[in-house]
Amino acid sequence: MTMSEAAARSYRGNFLKEVEANVEEGDWVKMCMQCGVCSGSCPLGPYWDYPPHEIFMMIRANKRDEVLGSSSMWMCTSCYNCVVRCPRGLPITHIMHGLAHYADRLDIAPADQPTRKFAKMFWKNLTRTGRVNELRLGLALYFMNGMGEGLKTSIKMKDVGLGMVKTKRMNPVEMMGGRGCEDAEGLRAILDKAREIELAKAEKFQA
Amino acid sequence: MARKEYSFYPGCSSRKGASASNYRVSVETMCEELDVQLNDIPDWNCCGASIGYAAGGELPRLALSARNMALSEQAHPDQDIVATCAACWLSTRGTRDRLLEDGDLMQETNQALAAAGLKVEAKQKVRHMVEVLIEDFGYEDLGNRVKKPLNGVRIAGYVGCQTNRPFGIDGESFENPVYLDKLVETLGAESVPRYEKKVQCCGGALAFSEPEKSQALIKEILEAAYDHDAHMIVTPCPVCQMNVEIYQGHINQQYGTKFQMPVVYYSTLISVAYGRSAKASGLNGQVVRAKQLERIADQ
Repeated sequence: MTMSEAAARSYRGNFLKEVEANVEEGDWVKMCMQCGVCSGSCPLGPYWDYPPHEIFMMIRANKRDEVLGSSSMWMCTSCYNCVVRCPRGLPITHIMHGLAHYADRLDIAPADQPTRKFAKMFWKNLTRTGRVNELRLGLALYFMNGMGEGLKTSIKMKDVGLGMVKTKRMNPVEMMGGRGCEDAEGLRAILDKAREIELAKAEKFQA
Repeated sequence: MARKEYSFYPGCSSRKGASASNYRVSVETMCEELDVQLNDIPDWNCCGASIGYAAGGELPRLALSARNMALSEQAHPDQDIVATCAACWLSTRGTRDRLLEDGDLMQETNQALAAAGLKVEAKQKVRHMVEVLIEDFGYEDLGNRVKKPLNGVRIAGYVGCQTNRPFGIDGESFENPVYLDKLVETLGAESVPRYEKKVQCCGGALAFSEPEKSQALIKEILEAAYDHDAHMIVTPCPVCQMNVEIYQGHINQQYGTKFQMPVVYYSTLISVAYGRSAKASGLNGQVVRAKQLERIADQ
């Protein structure tokens, strides 16, 4: 049984309950009244397989695999347009982040989704030293689909990169590691503990 | 007037050699002129920005901001926290709100912080630098300090997303905030009050992972500024600044446009208007040079 199947089983196939227990701000999902203002307000609206208001109804209709396996939530740019316009005050951006995180945690999010890949690189990058190393992050991004595509992207991005180096907004020396937090170790200990608490809480909700 | 002090959260992009290092330069110059002292939060960490969510769950992300608040409370307990980056401000302020409204989250966050011997109370207000300008100085005071009015420069105020939503600045409307327009006029320049893309998203972090989709949005932001005969765009956000400035070459290739629009920070404008040099105003950090501002600074 996969991690995802095990999670589904412990909620006896009730996906709404599963979302409420595991997804950031998930207990707001049932408040959606299907007006569609969120979907009409999204800057990347046309690219969602299922726009936000459909996602909310699909959760209630138990469309678990369709929701968690879709690339929809990964289209969120965190612009908060939907949040300020929602007549019911749903924290939609946070719910989308929460759904994306949960789908990633269960490893049923689409493997090739570029924002998923980039977002994971970002987290890895920031937790290494406590601060983002932009140069390393950029290069990791270019090469995320292998060497061939990476070189092509690097050539395409050459002028953008040169512009940033010339204006001292990118520093090639950062490749050597760069300066991070002095207590990066303490920060990682905090993050590990936070993750442990969060998972234990979801576990408790299940039981 | 007595010197004002704030507990400053610089953020990753403002570091030397990073993408918004020019923002930092102009903010420091602006603060010198305003007699503001920024006291860095010791050993601050990244806020997780808007893209930390895939691998970082809710509590780990809250813990990131909580650690910064805890360090700030230790070092500068009587000062407001001030951030210049939109994402830093949003994450930290959002975390503070969540911790204060939810006792369980506060307790869990402190349990996590205890792993490094820290504790947070989230007492300090978390503010964006433009709030400091508007609320602690005000347009009139800011205007009285202008030495070189930015006459003849027409500037589109691009507010973007994260300094506008969900919290907003100075109680202004989310759909049509006007603080940048007011600031532009305060400095003697001409604003573009009907700039219809002022709150449109630039794609944010998706400019990296979904460049084509984001560049389509950026194209509209630039096009609307040209439609209003703007000479340049001003923004309060490092990601907005970078996205709208540095991809113009790619957009021109893709769409056959001829965009060459400088995108500057409010702090750049203020530094120039207060009579400081091009370098001190961060103008040498422009990938698309703001020549009109350079000329004013060199006068």
